[in-house]
Amino acid sequence: MKKRIFAILLSITVISALLVGCGKDNNKAPASGDQTNNEDNKGNEGSDNELKGKKLAVIVKSAGNPYNARQSSGFKEVVEAVGAEVIVKEPESATAEDQIVMINELVAQKVDAIAIAGNDTDALQPALQEAMNKGIKVLSFDSAVNAQSRAVHVNQAGTELIGQSLMEAILDISGGEGQFAILSATSQATNQNAWIEAMQKVMESDDKYSKLELVDIVYGDDEYQKSVDQTQALLSNYPDLKVICAPTTVGIMAAAKVLEDQGVTASVKLTGLGLPSEMGDYIGDGDDKSTPYMYLWNPIDIGRLTGYTAIALVKGEITGAEGETFVAGDLGDYTIVKAEDGGTEIILGPPFQFNPENIDEWKEVY
Amino acid sequence: MDKINLKKLINAREVSLFIVLILFGIFIQLRNPAFGTPKNINNMLINYSTTMVLAIGMMSVLLIGGIDISIGSILAFAGMVSALVIRDNPDTSVFVAIMIAVIVGGLCGLINGLVIAKGGVPPIIATMGSMNILRGLTYLVANNEWVAAYQINEGFKKFAMSKYLSFGLINNLIFIAFVIALVAYCFLKYTRLGRKIYAVGNNAQAAEISGINISRIKILVYTLMGILAGLSGALWVSLYASAQGDMGMGIEMDVIAACVIGGVSLAGGRGSVVGVLLGAITIAMLGNGLPLIGVSQFSLDAIKGAIIVLTVILNVLLQRQKLKNSLRRREI
Amino acid sequence: MNKETKRVLIAETTFSWKKFFLKWEWFLVLIFIGINIMNSFISPYYLSVSGLLSATSSFLEKAFIVLPMVFILIMGDIDISVGSVVALSAVIMGESYNRLGLPMGLAIIICLLVGALCGFINGFILIKFKELAPMIVTLGTQILYRGIATMILKDQASTGLTSITWFSNLYWGSIFGIPYMLIVFIVFAVIFGYILHKTNFGRYLYAIGSNETAAHFSGVEVDKVRLITFTLTGLFSAVTAVFLASRMGSVRPNIAVGYELEAISMVVLGGISSAGGKGNFIGAIISIFIIGLLRYGLGLINIPSQVMLVVIGSLLILAVLIPQLNLGKYFRRKQGVVKEA
Repeated sequence: MKKRIFAILLSITVISALLVGCGKDNNKAPASGDQTNNEDNKGNEGSDNELKGKKLAVIVKSAGNPYNARQSSGFKEVVEAVGAEVIVKEPESATAEDQIVMINELVAQKVDAIAIAGNDTDALQPALQEAMNKGIKVLSFDSAVNAQSRAVHVNQAGTELIGQSLMEAILDISGGEGQFAILSATSQATNQNAWIEAMQKVMESDDKYSKLELVDIVYGDDEYQKSVDQTQALLSNYPDLKVICAPTTVGIMAAAKVLEDQGVTASVKLTGLGLPSEMGDYIGDGDDKSTPYMYLWNPIDIGRLTGYTAIALVKGEITGAEGETFVAGDLGDYTIVKAEDGGTEIILGPPFQFNPENIDEWKEVY
Repeated sequence: MDKINLKKLINAREVSLFIVLILFGIFIQLRNPAFGTPKNINNMLINYSTTMVLAIGMMSVLLIGGIDISIGSILAFAGMVSALVIRDNPDTSVFVAIMIAVIVGGLCGLINGLVIAKGGVPPIIATMGSMNILRGLTYLVANNEWVAAYQINEGFKKFAMSKYLSFGLINNLIFIAFVIALVAYCFLKYTRLGRKIYAVGNNAQAAEISGINISRIKILVYTLMGILAGLSGALWVSLYASAQGDMGMGIEMDVIAACVIGGVSLAGGRGSVVGVLLGAITIAMLGNGLPLIGVSQFSLDAIKGAIIVLTVILNVLLQRQKLKNSLRRREI
Repeated sequence: MNKETKRVLIAETTFSWKKFFLKWEWFLVLIFIGINIMNSFISPYYLSVSGLLSATSSFLEKAFIVLPMVFILIMGDIDISVGSVVALSAVIMGESYNRLGLPMGLAIIICLLVGALCGFINGFILIKFKELAPMIVTLGTQILYRGIATMILKDQASTGLTSITWFSNLYWGSIFGIPYMLIVFIVFAVIFGYILHKTNFGRYLYAIGSNETAAHFSGVEVDKVRLITFTLTGLFSAVTAVFLASRMGSVRPNIAVGYELEAISMVVLGGISSAGGKGNFIGAIISIFIIGLLRYGLGLINIPSQVMLVVIGSLLILAVLIPQLNLGKYFRRKQGVVKEA
């Protein structure tokens, strides 16, 4: 009998946990959007009503990641401003299987457009083609799906440009010569590998890089502990290492922490792609800081450009063919260009440099 | 007398595991001299201190024949709650921050224990459920955000890097891990409660008849596990100077593997603190040592899996041999 | 035969409506109906045949693992390596086709063989080393199998499987609007249900689950049954791998992560005790649809996946807690006490 009372109490606890879970989500939406609301850019508010009742959906890579949350908030802001309904989908984990299920759910809801940051280049193709056959506009952003399964890709920055910027940074930080290593994630989405390939191409193309030596590429799997292990192994294996380049937000954070904890920041420096909010502590010019500067793009702007592109696709202003142009609100004019994978893309702009001067301002934003 | 003890010592599983570890260490050392440096050993122990703490908790759970696969989620939830408190109150002291994580973890563990002991839910199901629930709640309390390094106060970040707990002897995290191991060792070996845990695992029915309140023991053990998982959450946040919603995901497998390699039986009743520590160090050496000798990241899991399968089989063979020997001795 | 035993015998052999309706399976049916009603209220898109069929397909491929997993749990064992077996057999299938240039049909056969072999290894270790708990062994092989898949493909994917129309149709194709996969699933579900409830093999499984030693002494070849069951589990993980690969048209070592936990949840929700010896096949089948359609319904109203985690986790614990409440029995006993007094 005592046991039963306990069991009933437990059930109540579990159910209340459930309710808390559901209740939480109500006050969640405004919280994630408020970062962008103060940016006063609702210039085209109410300008068109033809998008009333349209539904535009965005699928990010995974839940629980601020970078992804910024992208969806940018998308939301732009699409809601023209009166359309926004559906944000965040998979439990960054897998293609979860995204496929979500695509099915969106197709069933008869949405007008799906914007997706692909967790896999090819695995989403059958599901996305099914969606396109039903008349849904499909576009990818941040991490591309293959050319057959999208109308257009919104690229945060040209692959070559990122490779170029990172190589320039390594050249500059190392003082023109010496060993450097790359700490990558195991790239399940292809952008990581594409950037590293671009870096290697840049290295071969110009003589000024000839004194630089890429000693190793290691993979931290975008897991903190593994990235730490790999960074420490790099330091032990290559005592003459001058620069580590980590084009991944988790990797660069782990590497920065390791370099500063080990007290080797005077001889080994770090650069790469990282979130300013996470890297705020590690960016600086002194010998006690690991990262002189790094790059990234504004994830909110990716979301917004994706939003404008989705709107243009739904309205029929563009079809995703090469050479088309459209106005992306206050972001300006954009032209669709040919992408390396044979499809088409829109490039947001050059990667943005975060350095000791601007980091304090940006670490509050994203 | 002395001779028998020596024989017993050599026969003990811990010793054979220790010897294997030493050989493995020498092998890595020969391939890369950087491995054996005090600095690297120190780094390795710091990075895997959470695994050690968790493995000790997991051992007590396994001892009573249970299992807890929610520890990764408890770690994340407790660590995240503590990190959020620090973010919003920058002057939170290290002690308070750790206590918050410990209490949150303890509560999660207590609920696990109640569901299992009073609700009669099998441990794997109950903790699989709470694994999902707590992971979801971690994302929700943090509102999908991470807590970044600059949002955590200096005192808490320095905690994982300084040595003040042991008055400058060894790093705080390693110190905590070893103190917990020592306490667990004494608790299991010298207290009535500790012996009861073994008794429940060996033969629950016999234990019940002899007057042990089994459900109380179960609740205690899961609560302890929760407390240690919460503590690990705080240590994790301090060590990595940040908190992410997905931290500790999948760590339960590493921890169970550490216990299994250390000779804890999943059927309950058998296992020692020393064995578990060696098991955790094995996991640490695999994670730290294999990259040093240039084993590709991509082969790491295959090697790890093979080692786990082989050690458990080897363990069985050794046990059988021991049983045979003792039988033979009895016959004579 | 005295009066007492006679009464017991009668009570056990006569059909009792009360007992029949107090079964867990009816409770599941109620939940199933409840979820369907709830879903059709919360989303106007729910009641659409094509939507429901495509949703069913998307959770059915995992359900192939549930079938043998029922056997495993009834036997009182557990297998947490199935997700990794899916990944390994799918990767080997993809690479046999892409790298070795084998025809797709042969690649599928290799995939099934690899799956069966993985399961066989699990079972073989278990019967040779009886001291080991299935949890440990399959934990080790879980890491090992996916590790091998990672070694083979590294961070690459084996792509281009969509170009074979018939392969792609395995998942996407349908006859009279009914997906092939659904038909295949129903056929296998019937076969598995028949084996469990109507054959000696099924009775052996229950016998092992309730008391392995007793089963052994009453002549059940425990080792053989266990080996067959684990091999079957591997084989059907590979079947899942085939459909998953057909759906995605490309495979990677990190597919099907966490499938073991989903499959086990479905079996347990179906009223099959993880302690072994108890449970009904139909319960597991109903619970596949309960979890699948609940997820679909919540997905249609775009519940955040963080909340979904909480819901699914709570459901899992509640499903096992509620039968413990056993309210009917509680009432009866209370009445009994009153009478005695």
